[in-house]
Amino acid sequence: MTKTFKGRDIISIHDFSREEIEHILKVSKDMIPAARGEKRNLSLEGKILSTIFFEPSTRTRLSFEAAMNRLGGSVVGFSDPEITSLKKGETLADTIRMVESYSDVIVLRHPMEGAAKLAADFTEKPVINAGDGAGQHPTQTLLDLFTIWTEKKDIEDKNVVLLGDLKYGRTVHSLAYALAMFGANLTFVAPEVLQMPKEVVEHVERQGGSYTSTNALEDAIESADVLYVTRIQKERFPDPAEYEKVAGMYRVDNEILTNASKDIIVMHPLPRVTEISPEVDTTEHAIYFKQAFNGVPVRMALLALIFDVVK
Amino acid sequence: MKEIKVAPIKNGTVIDHIACGMAFKVLKVLGISDGEVDSTVSVLMHVPSKKMGWKDIVKVEDKELEQIEVDKISLVAPEASINIIRNYEVVEKMDVSLPDVAIGILKCGNPNCVTNANEPVETEFTLKSKDPIRLNCKYCDRELDDIVDHII
Repeated sequence: MTKTFKGRDIISIHDFSREEIEHILKVSKDMIPAARGEKRNLSLEGKILSTIFFEPSTRTRLSFEAAMNRLGGSVVGFSDPEITSLKKGETLADTIRMVESYSDVIVLRHPMEGAAKLAADFTEKPVINAGDGAGQHPTQTLLDLFTIWTEKKDIEDKNVVLLGDLKYGRTVHSLAYALAMFGANLTFVAPEVLQMPKEVVEHVERQGGSYTSTNALEDAIESADVLYVTRIQKERFPDPAEYEKVAGMYRVDNEILTNASKDIIVMHPLPRVTEISPEVDTTEHAIYFKQAFNGVPVRMALLALIFDVVK
Repeated sequence: MKEIKVAPIKNGTVIDHIACGMAFKVLKVLGISDGEVDSTVSVLMHVPSKKMGWKDIVKVEDKELEQIEVDKISLVAPEASINIIRNYEVVEKMDVSLPDVAIGILKCGNPNCVTNANEPVETEFTLKSKDPIRLNCKYCDRELDDIVDHII
């Protein structure tokens, strides 16, 4: 059963049924011409979106702002916690109650888990979670799903390899859950110390999802339709030499991609450091910049649905 | 029937049918271990029980438990029964049942959960499983380990 999107908070991917996600993907596809600026859509004229970013972010904030502007709306906000009320000791609850009087929808990024849920408790305006600590980042998951769906025409039965920091990388947790919901076949490739956490694996199992774990990337990508790469963060390793060893093991370059199908797509939530060689950028496998663009139509679709200007 | 080795209390609360070995956790939950009660507390451990085989009992004199304390006890002794005693008579039996949602009685174990910041909000945990007891934070969605250590 699909609930109405009107006025709804977007806190966690777990709040959505498969039907609801499919609906969001379809609306996102319809938004592409306006997202590219090829078609005018002023359906949110007069509406104000606030971006409340207690942590820096480039893609998420810019694509939300682009999405709102493409729909004719306006944006207010901040993205520098150094100069905000947080520094003065204001609670998030108070910040939200202040911001709600200035805008019609609130997009929040915060370093603490559960911040978006808390924010939603303190305002009647819809709150969109743009990342809460190591918690949820549902719009990233939606744009990842949208990318696979548009590039591969379907998600069900696709072989998806999730590579890199599967322990701390928040995007892969929500994505694994959602892919399992859609019936994709998952392969987790990670160094021993950065394997997928048990609770995420349990979530995948509860969705009836199939998965395998390996540390051999060459084997894993042979039958893969999608290779989803994440950054391995240096600070997770007490020993820099250990980091270099692990990071080197999982560098995606044209050589390793010779083991893969010619149709494999390589995705990355960005920013990347060295995990994907720049030589891959010019191949047809590289989808990550298109994936970053997809943030715009997906966020336009969510805004249009929340404001009830599309059904 | 065998004679009970501790005399009945005149006024107060009897917490009966505590799972064997859990009495000290009940004392902790009630703040008795921290000296927050200024009356006599009797603890009976490893008492024969028809229903449970063996059980623990805690008797707190001159104190009637409030609902919030009963809710806390439910997290460590969900099988317990609580009797309020006035003038040696049982005047009220309070149900101990695990709440589906535990509000304001537990602290989230995730230090990075927003409920551990200085926000004007009560913690809220959803019961995921009764046996064993598994609770998830409504805010950060993490499962709570060591429930007893996180009772407020």
